[in-house]
Amino acid sequence: MEQLTQDFLRTKKLPHIWCPGCGNGIVTAALVRAIERTGFDQKDVVIVSGIGCSSRAAGYLNFNTLHTTHGRALSFATGLKMARPELKLFVIMGDGDCSAIGGNHFIHSARRNIDLNAIIVNNHIYGMTGGQHSPLTPAGKKATTAPRGTLERAFDLLELARGAGATFGARGNAAQPRQLEQLIVRAARHRGFSVVEALSPCPIAYGRRNKLGSAVDMLRDMKERSVSVERAADMDEAELEERTLNGVLYSIEAPEFAEAYYQSIGKDIG
Amino acid sequence: MPEAKPVLMQGNEACAVGAINAGVRFYAGYPITPSTEVAEQMAAMLPEIGGVFIQMEDEIASMAAVIGASIGGMRTLTATSGPGFSLKQENLGYAIMAEIPCVVINVQRMGPSTGVPTAPAQGDVMQARWGTHGDHPIIVFSPASVYESYYLTIAAVNLSQKLRQPVIVLLDEVIGHMREKVLIPEGKLMVEKTSDKQVPHDWKPYDDKGLTPLVPFGFGHYYHVTGLFHDQYGFPTGDPMQVERALDRIHEKLVKYRDEIILTNYIGHKEPRVAIVTYGCTVRSARAVVKKAYWQNRLPVGLLSLQTIWPFPEKEIEALAKQADVIIVPEMNMGQLVGEVERFARGEAKVVPLNRYDGEMINPDQISEEVGRWL
Repeated sequence: MEQLTQDFLRTKKLPHIWCPGCGNGIVTAALVRAIERTGFDQKDVVIVSGIGCSSRAAGYLNFNTLHTTHGRALSFATGLKMARPELKLFVIMGDGDCSAIGGNHFIHSARRNIDLNAIIVNNHIYGMTGGQHSPLTPAGKKATTAPRGTLERAFDLLELARGAGATFGARGNAAQPRQLEQLIVRAARHRGFSVVEALSPCPIAYGRRNKLGSAVDMLRDMKERSVSVERAADMDEAELEERTLNGVLYSIEAPEFAEAYYQSIGKDIG
Repeated sequence: MPEAKPVLMQGNEACAVGAINAGVRFYAGYPITPSTEVAEQMAAMLPEIGGVFIQMEDEIASMAAVIGASIGGMRTLTATSGPGFSLKQENLGYAIMAEIPCVVINVQRMGPSTGVPTAPAQGDVMQARWGTHGDHPIIVFSPASVYESYYLTIAAVNLSQKLRQPVIVLLDEVIGHMREKVLIPEGKLMVEKTSDKQVPHDWKPYDDKGLTPLVPFGFGHYYHVTGLFHDQYGFPTGDPMQVERALDRIHEKLVKYRDEIILTNYIGHKEPRVAIVTYGCTVRSARAVVKKAYWQNRLPVGLLSLQTIWPFPEKEIEALAKQADVIIVPEMNMGQLVGEVERFARGEAKVVPLNRYDGEMINPDQISEEVGRWL
């Protein structure tokens, strides 16, 4: 793999704070490569993030970066996008950040179909606080706040977004960074609310407690479980059990909110 | 001077019109009684002038959207009432910490909790001061008329921009819903649009040397904005020296510009024996008392009305306490600002609370009775 563009990194801020084996670095690198591939002007790109491990990525990226409050990244981003519709916004959130405390903002951003690119780094756990279960922790998995395994069912984040009106939904993972990069590029080029769920290993706060092995084991498992949307079309339910769908699950054309608003007041945003 | 046109309007409308005349072009909000007219007015006016109105999914999102738009370079406003003001507090703290300008209108209603949504009260005085966590500076204006609502909202927008500091305009249901004449100068108010123009080469978002203008996102100045304690470039720090310096920084700008922030007005006897200190709609009843006691009967009575309640006008109270024997503090709550008055009277005058908390205004008779007791 080629070197990352140094221009887009705040190299002085490295090394990052993430644990050994964490997938956040891989996802962040995929995002940087994706932004480079889009050809967006650096000054037009804004990285918005919430609170949690993955949200710290904003501090390492050399753009205008906005590290917000827990769960509210999409709302800050909505205000910024409406004020400056020409900007290209990437919103990095963790699974707890996006789907628990930020759940309301997530569905309403999808409903508006506002042109934001939501990158949800899903490691199935609250990592920064030491391993509590999130709405994306699979049922039965252990966490510090579910020592006997959680009884709660997990959201299917992409289906949730689709139901709420999102027009682009894709899933990738840290074990297949090239594909993840391509998915982010497609999300960025899509006009409307785009959701990219990036599965990422947390060997320290999630894997260890659930006996999932090392970071390498977790990545291998992630890769083995992943099945592309195209391939899944020819598979039956039994074959798809315990597998995760990868790739673009949906991409729909619908009016984008910021553009529609500015059109309604007689302004062209290009 | 341009011609001034008299307009009849509500306090809530006056806030909306004032904000627009001060250059506000972005409003995000959530419906709540008794502040909703601010949103309705903005929804009608902003699209006409190329601005953005957005009704968000909740109060928290409204506050966040306003901050986001400010970072984009727009002048912004949101409005709410008690329960919504509670929900806005975390992001309000963020704006204070990250030094992002914005104005929040809080049209107070009777609380706690859902309370009496349509009854007036002045119960959010302490929440406005200490609602968000941590040691933080805040500016709070409290208009006593529709006219003051208009001009204090303009002042709030301008101060907020200048100091990169959120400002709260604390109305109450009486001022928010009453209709009065406001003189609005004709012609266009010029507002300088925020851009990257005249940004010095060595610009830092949180310069140790002091206040620097906010350079909006999208102009090639790649800085970081966070609610974490940060260095002068905006990057997170846990270094005790930098943490202390950063906290001093956000407080010191309010100390430095104190004279522009603190607005008070005194009427009545030059050497009052009994003085009234109040704010918001209660000023109206107190003014009626002073009219009768001083202007008609030449009794040694005066009224210090506070347009700014936070930062607290300490010097003005200190000076008043040296003159008056008694300071009466009428408030439509169980006694919130009276504690501050007592603190800065420093034992020089007796401070007497006068409270009402049944959802009704304090009337002039109640104040007259208390004044008479001490004359």
